[in-house]
Amino acid sequence: MRLSKPVVSWLYVAPLVLVLIPFFVVPIVVVLIASVFDTDGFGGLIPTFTLSNYLNVFTSTLTFNLYYETIKFTVLTWIFTLLLGFFIAYYLVFHVKNQLLAIGLFLLCTVPFWTSNIIRMISWIPLLGKEGLINTALIKIGLIHEPLGFLLYSSFAVVVAYVHQLTIFMIVPIFNSMVRIDKRVIEAAVDAGASRFDILRLIVIPLSKSGIALGTIFVVAIVMGDFFVTKVMSGGGSASVVGAFYEDIGVLQYPGAAASAVVLTVILMTSVALILRTVDIRKEITS
Amino acid sequence: MISDNPDGIAPKVDEAENHVSRRSFLKVGAAVAGAAAGSGAITGFPTIWAQEIKDIELRHVGVSYSVVKAIGDQASKDLGFKVTMQNLDTSAAINRFITQPNTVDIADLEGWQAKLAAKRGVIQGIEAKKIKEFDNFLPIFTKGELDGHKIPRQGISPYEALYLAKPDATELHDGVTEWLTNVPQVYNADSIGYRPDLVGHTVTEWKDLIDPKFKGKAAILDVPAIGIMDAALTFESAGLITYANKGNMTKKEIDFTCDKLIELKKDGHFRATWTTFDQSVQLMAAGEVVIQSMWSPAVAAVRVKQIPCTYAPVNIKNGKEGYRGWCNGMGLMKHLTGKKLEAAYEYMNWYMSGWQGAFVSRYGYYSPVPSTAKKFMTPAEYAFWYEGKPAPEEVKDPYGVAMEKAGTVRDGGSFTERVTNISCWNTLMDEAAYMNKRWNDFKVA
Repeated sequence: MRLSKPVVSWLYVAPLVLVLIPFFVVPIVVVLIASVFDTDGFGGLIPTFTLSNYLNVFTSTLTFNLYYETIKFTVLTWIFTLLLGFFIAYYLVFHVKNQLLAIGLFLLCTVPFWTSNIIRMISWIPLLGKEGLINTALIKIGLIHEPLGFLLYSSFAVVVAYVHQLTIFMIVPIFNSMVRIDKRVIEAAVDAGASRFDILRLIVIPLSKSGIALGTIFVVAIVMGDFFVTKVMSGGGSASVVGAFYEDIGVLQYPGAAASAVVLTVILMTSVALILRTVDIRKEITS
Repeated sequence: MISDNPDGIAPKVDEAENHVSRRSFLKVGAAVAGAAAGSGAITGFPTIWAQEIKDIELRHVGVSYSVVKAIGDQASKDLGFKVTMQNLDTSAAINRFITQPNTVDIADLEGWQAKLAAKRGVIQGIEAKKIKEFDNFLPIFTKGELDGHKIPRQGISPYEALYLAKPDATELHDGVTEWLTNVPQVYNADSIGYRPDLVGHTVTEWKDLIDPKFKGKAAILDVPAIGIMDAALTFESAGLITYANKGNMTKKEIDFTCDKLIELKKDGHFRATWTTFDQSVQLMAAGEVVIQSMWSPAVAAVRVKQIPCTYAPVNIKNGKEGYRGWCNGMGLMKHLTGKKLEAAYEYMNWYMSGWQGAFVSRYGYYSPVPSTAKKFMTPAEYAFWYEGKPAPEEVKDPYGVAMEKAGTVRDGGSFTERVTNISCWNTLMDEAAYMNKRWNDFKVA
């Protein structure tokens, strides 16, 4: 029996659709509906249509402060994961001559990720604390006399934890696009007298763009959608967009939290769309 | 797992059975297997009660310091049916009770949560006369007083949250009735923990928390609803403001409190804020802070690590200070009927019969029925934990780990001294949404 073409295509997409509808579309619709409802203040939803929840989100300086903090962490994390991810991948692809060794080292990069995110984050605390390893060592060798407070419960600590958690999300896609760069192109460039830096700038970076874009999407979406790392590593000294509406849910303010969630979703989707405009992912993946 | 029993004899039983199978319809396979195994077991005769109840499972859901696995295990052993303890943080718990009431059998409720749960109609009234020890409950809970001392009602006191006019009422009732929202099971009085070696003097007032001497070495609780009360106690103590009701602030009072917190934060006063028991222990034990709002067992946990830590006795004076009290109780979810409901009453009665009371007392909390808890404690333990006397022998925690040396006196003194110095109770204010927003301003500042 031969199935007609549209049927085959539908069968291909069916599994994804079956996952996306109940686990993504339906919840998003529920959140959307809740965001235009009113609340009785005790967790009860009053079905009406109101834009006041959105009005509250947009007219509050809190929203801007929260986005400022969240975007600050996102950008800092992005810069450091990109630098690390790019150069680690670059080293593995272009400097490790033995391909087996390169793959082995690549797998080694993933080893820390066999443990839980939370464990990896929390293990920074005894290292960075006032009586932690770094401060104790610095005091012992006489470099400082008072422990450095900024190491822990600070923006610094938050970024350290994020970079540690998310660098792998940069390494993998960038590595993936770099290995597909035709080595002969680079040889030709060398023969034509290009410097190492020129090769990097004119060949490697442009041809790794899709990997960079994919890694960026991962990092941006994860940092903007997270609140736990910020909460723990800043010692509660900073807040995030998600953290704030999580607190709203804690006091049963569902419509306000829903409106904030919708706004964040829209902002994230816009960011992803903008990133995707810089690169044709479909072409990159299928080529 | 209870089976479905289409031939149920007692109609009440039938109802319960149907309900359970409806709730677990997702576990079709298991339900079918259960039906096969369990059919015929239900006859409705009390003589084979043990037979009938052995398949019952009660899910007791709440915060980790109140819903403790060891207690559930002991209950299962003593009662012959299964009790499962599930832990969630405060806000996840109330959200679960309200949005998925059928996934919970016994909800562990604080006073304000009992108020919300009643309002949302997810709990049913508990018949006071079916609670065996009800007459032996301390009057703190049943009448709002202790030894003639009126228990303050700033915030939501356990007494205020205890009664309903009718089993299906959605509003709390002021005054004694036959119907309860919850059966109080564990409570305590929270204050400040500090390092006596580094602070240098005895702390008896909340204002020490914001003493500039401890700049960069202080922390405060970051659960908005109660953190703001700790802040309020502090600012009141420092003479900055007097609140009409710390448990239900006006917008203006919320603004004052949060602005002051923001000012302190910008000044670098707070090293951190904490949300969980373990975080507070960690902050103190790792030398990050020397003074912070803290819970009594957390102070004990720091001391177990051989680090000196004292729980500040903040007795009420001049209308200021005092502990922030809290109390958790067991609420019956509305879907409980028939045998499962009976089992839930059995469970609550077991809870009040002393084993649990002794267990929680051994880490510094209290039982609402000390008369039964006493039976399960050694005289030495009772003298230390309740009477405020020097420990006649080494004090051990519930799991047998040594906590205090012989001769130690409990911080804050006797039970009566601590409880009568509670000045406000955990709550959710009318202006909770606004308070939460301002608290987030503090967090992000």
